[in-house]
Amino acid sequence: MSASLKVANQPGTKPAAEAPKERSNPVLRRFLRHKLAVIGLIILLTLIVVAVFAPQFAPYDPNAIMATYDDHPSAAHRLGLDQVGRDVLSRVIHASRISLSVGVVAVSIYVVIGTVLGSIAGFYGGKLDIVLTRIADMFLSFPQIMLILVIVSMIGPSIWNIMVVLGLLGWPPIFRIVRGQFLTLREQDFVQAGRAMGAKDSRLIFRHVLPNSLGPILVSATFGTATAILTEASLSFLGLGVQPPQASWGNLLIDAQSITVIESMPWLWVPPGALIFLSVLAINFVGDGLRDALDPRLKR
Amino acid sequence: MLSYLVKRLLIALPVLLGVTVITFTIINLAPGDVVDLLVDPNISATDLAALRESLGLNDPVPVQYAKWLGQLLQGNLGYSYVNGQAVAERIGDRMGATLSLSLFALLIAYLIAIPVGVISATKQYSLIDYISSILALVGVSVPNFFLGIGLIYVFALKFQWLPVSGMYTLGGDNSLFDLLRHMILPAFVLGAGTVGQVTRYTRSAMLEVVRQDFIRTARAKGVSQTVVIYKHALRNALIPVITLLGLQIPNLLGGAIITEQIFSWPGMGRLSIEAISSRDYPVLMGLNLMAAVLVVLGGLVSDILYSLTDPRIRYS
Repeated sequence: MSASLKVANQPGTKPAAEAPKERSNPVLRRFLRHKLAVIGLIILLTLIVVAVFAPQFAPYDPNAIMATYDDHPSAAHRLGLDQVGRDVLSRVIHASRISLSVGVVAVSIYVVIGTVLGSIAGFYGGKLDIVLTRIADMFLSFPQIMLILVIVSMIGPSIWNIMVVLGLLGWPPIFRIVRGQFLTLREQDFVQAGRAMGAKDSRLIFRHVLPNSLGPILVSATFGTATAILTEASLSFLGLGVQPPQASWGNLLIDAQSITVIESMPWLWVPPGALIFLSVLAINFVGDGLRDALDPRLKR
Repeated sequence: MLSYLVKRLLIALPVLLGVTVITFTIINLAPGDVVDLLVDPNISATDLAALRESLGLNDPVPVQYAKWLGQLLQGNLGYSYVNGQAVAERIGDRMGATLSLSLFALLIAYLIAIPVGVISATKQYSLIDYISSILALVGVSVPNFFLGIGLIYVFALKFQWLPVSGMYTLGGDNSLFDLLRHMILPAFVLGAGTVGQVTRYTRSAMLEVVRQDFIRTARAKGVSQTVVIYKHALRNALIPVITLLGLQIPNLLGGAIITEQIFSWPGMGRLSIEAISSRDYPVLMGLNLMAAVLVVLGGLVSDILYSLTDPRIRYS
């Protein structure tokens, strides 16, 4: 247990950034052996590069309106034009920025909240632990998308509101993981030894226990990013997420609620839908690979 | 066993109470109140104030909560801002459609997932295992609106095998066959995530059971592979898989919102979209509250089933 978890806090958890000479790192080696995870990581990195350099990759301004509209894909407009006359390819490329960043920001917010609350509950235990655990249970009881829909309809839909609401509601799973890690680890010898040597609580939490929880947190955050991207896409698809003219993969599919568009203009809805699917799949592959790499007990 | 049941119920109760607190808080934060929406705009300000007073809207918030909870326990979820209909009634009208769709989705999902998971596990690391593992992840990753639109494009528009949307053919005979035809696509979309989850779960549960001593014993006795897998192993692997049923409720209720919207399915999911566009907060919170209660009960049932079917489990 502790052996595998100690591995988890080494920098090898970010395989892409590693130099080749560090290949002896067992986590990295196990991750690289997971073919789908490597493919997922390559897809994901490609999408991130395209998102970061969107203005360079996009052939047109995403909001520029051309002379015609509803055009089939052509040499000038690889994915055709939308119902207003904007270049679909440029919009899809720019949308990747929005969609990916919503996922990353939302998850970052709730990882911080979940880790802080989970550490407090797991380390100190007692009444505080019971109260926090019950609160987490309460938030887990609502189907997340329903609660988000209500809150967003009240505070108004926008990219920032989506990030914040997803971030504020998403913490219970991370909380549970961190709390569980603290409960098992706080009684272990190395923590007890630290305590016996007079280490402060903060040192025990940040230097001894938390680094050992990084693996499970990272895995959960990876899967969480996939879920957050899906949720943003669903909200935007329903018109309650990122608002046009700003493009997100989800709101590019809004037009596809009409049968005419579905039937005769597939270039409007297939590319953004396929990209949501591809990015979520890639992230889930990476998550699977990370989990297997960080916790060898699950394999074989 | 009994003490575990009691303990588990005692944990569920404060969670349910907390759920009502969250629901009430959100309704209270929502802009506007009943008076704003139901009352004749020409009424004077003093009369409005009097009306608010008589409805208890000026009471301290905890008192309002207590009254609201009292009504809730008697089955009164409040009244719709839109047409004044009782929320419980509005939701009740739509429940059947969502329930039948969800059950059909679960049925399809389990019928696909369990055999695939079992085959995947018995042929671990084979091509079949590889493909089904990828497909399981695909099921979890595909956005249900994209899957829905894609299926409509292929099966309803290109080949015209199945209807595009709705629950019955307009002016049709409302037969069970007609209902099933309308239900196939949305149920598959709603169940896709469950297929992925249950496949993965069945596979790992099977792999775990197959490694145990009693399976080795059965094999050593010369029991055939088929009997070992389908009689000895599957029975034990199914326990955790079946209890997963109770935990599918949040997925199904959340997924129903998008699925029902795409397929114009007249259920609770579509009601929540309608309620959002008309800012009908009592209906919205009624839906949320009901969903949360169902989720808590689902978790409870799943835990109890688990402890009943697996005597090895001892809860402290």
